[in-house]
Amino acid sequence: MVSPNVSLRDATLRFGARELWSGLDLDVAPGEFVAVLGPNGSGKTSLLKVLLGLQQLTSGSVTVCGRTPRRGSDLVGYIPQQKAFDRDIPLRGRDLVRLGLDGHRWGTALPSRASRARVQQAIESVGGASFADAPLGTLSGGEQQRLRIAQALLGDPQVLLCDEPLLSLDLAHQQATSALIDARRRSAATSVLFVTHEINPVLPLVDRVLYLVGGRWAIGTPDDVLTSETLSELYGVDVDVLRVRGRIVVVGAPDAAHSDVLASHHHHPVDDDHEIAGARAWS
Amino acid sequence: MVLGDYLQFPFVQHALIAGAVVAVISGLIGPFVVTRRAAFAVHGTAELSFTGAAAGLVVANDAVAGALIGTVVVGIAIGLLGARERERDSAIGVILAFGLGVGVWLLSKYHGFTNSATAILFGSIFTVSDDQIWLLVAVAVGVLIAMTALYRPLMFASVDPEVAEARGVRVRMVGLVFLVVLALTVTEAAQIVGTLLVLSLAITPAAAAQRLSARPAVVTGLSVLFALGASVGGLLASLETPSVKASVWITTLSFAIYVLARVAGARLIVRRPA
Repeated sequence: MVSPNVSLRDATLRFGARELWSGLDLDVAPGEFVAVLGPNGSGKTSLLKVLLGLQQLTSGSVTVCGRTPRRGSDLVGYIPQQKAFDRDIPLRGRDLVRLGLDGHRWGTALPSRASRARVQQAIESVGGASFADAPLGTLSGGEQQRLRIAQALLGDPQVLLCDEPLLSLDLAHQQATSALIDARRRSAATSVLFVTHEINPVLPLVDRVLYLVGGRWAIGTPDDVLTSETLSELYGVDVDVLRVRGRIVVVGAPDAAHSDVLASHHHHPVDDDHEIAGARAWS
Repeated sequence: MVLGDYLQFPFVQHALIAGAVVAVISGLIGPFVVTRRAAFAVHGTAELSFTGAAAGLVVANDAVAGALIGTVVVGIAIGLLGARERERDSAIGVILAFGLGVGVWLLSKYHGFTNSATAILFGSIFTVSDDQIWLLVAVAVGVLIAMTALYRPLMFASVDPEVAEARGVRVRMVGLVFLVVLALTVTEAAQIVGTLLVLSLAITPAAAAQRLSARPAVVTGLSVLFALGASVGGLLASLETPSVKASVWITTLSFAIYVLARVAGARLIVRRPA
């Protein structure tokens, strides 16, 4: 078996008295697409931070491509959710992409033909040439996310961490965005960890699901994990998983932030504030 | 006397040098001030340079050195108390109110010319001593070096803090250093236009530049150019009109450039290629 790009062994993350997850074992193979699901505050975003080298594990071990995650590493690319930029932000789409190449380095960027060519190539690979020179503040959410992918791929990462990249995109742009991420992992064997509150838009792409709930977790194929039995056990209450027209709908899963079941786990502002996993029928 | 005669005087030459240098650093930080929505930080540190100046007068009879040292303290205090963006404005307000109170108390301790203290409110570059001019130039060179080193990570952290953090930029540290650089720049600009009118060099030129382009390098270049035009132009104009202070000319020129940029920007608006 090829060595995994991401490997967690008996990994535990705790903030004060609150345990996000413990004893987590996870190997992500090159080219594998893993969806990370779970209610608010279950530690999905914190998991990405661990892999980015921004957050230390409380205990256990983690490696990315065999090494301890290091802040600013080229091995890892990061794609956030779409955000609203100020209309007059002094940046073009192209400049946003360029930041992915060397925006973290000190000094000013010197004009370089090689850098320009790399940025241009990345922009073309996501079909962004027609809008890359427009002011960033005028781009649509879908256009922005294409450029985000180009930005993240400039470092030629082995692991792509996506934090709700489809949030507030319409259906067509959700499909275009996830198709680009899928193409990358197939062409370059990049591992993908995809944090989402909504599995359905990426269900056809997902190899395995990591489901985090209040310190407990389950990992496996969607068919293994997204079942009434598994989720009921994770949540500790009766949860129904329904399959309706090829979609998965989870009914009865409490939101960790407010639930009685998980009341002992204080909602922590450090963590994400994402929606509960698939609790709402997705249309 | 005509303008040419004035330019023979060393104090006029020094004032123009200082005016130009201060315009360059103000124009340079301007786009970041706008992008980071730090206008209140500019205003707050500018007004608080009054407190530093008063302290400088009391301790060493030197308003400029006092203002420069005091402003670094203020910049760090704002950075530490207002680490979260939501808290920043209230943190500045808190420090501003207390700091001005301290300034008023310090001024009551000062028995020299109160003129030196009030000058700092509206600027009086022509009365600043040679030594102080060179201090201003030295600090400006320091700001220039810091901004050159900081440029890319600061840009990244300003427009896209989340991704910048993920890419390894120490967003908090960069923000704190920028606040100190901003505080120093603002205090320098206050020597020219006065603490109450600093925004005319630290924000207006950048706001005008943003109406004309979305290219970072072009916006920065235009911002510096506009600040230079307003600062040097205003100083020269005030030599011709003894009854009108330089700061009045500078704020007026700066505002005129902004209005022109808005009009021009509306015409040549960087339209989306469809």
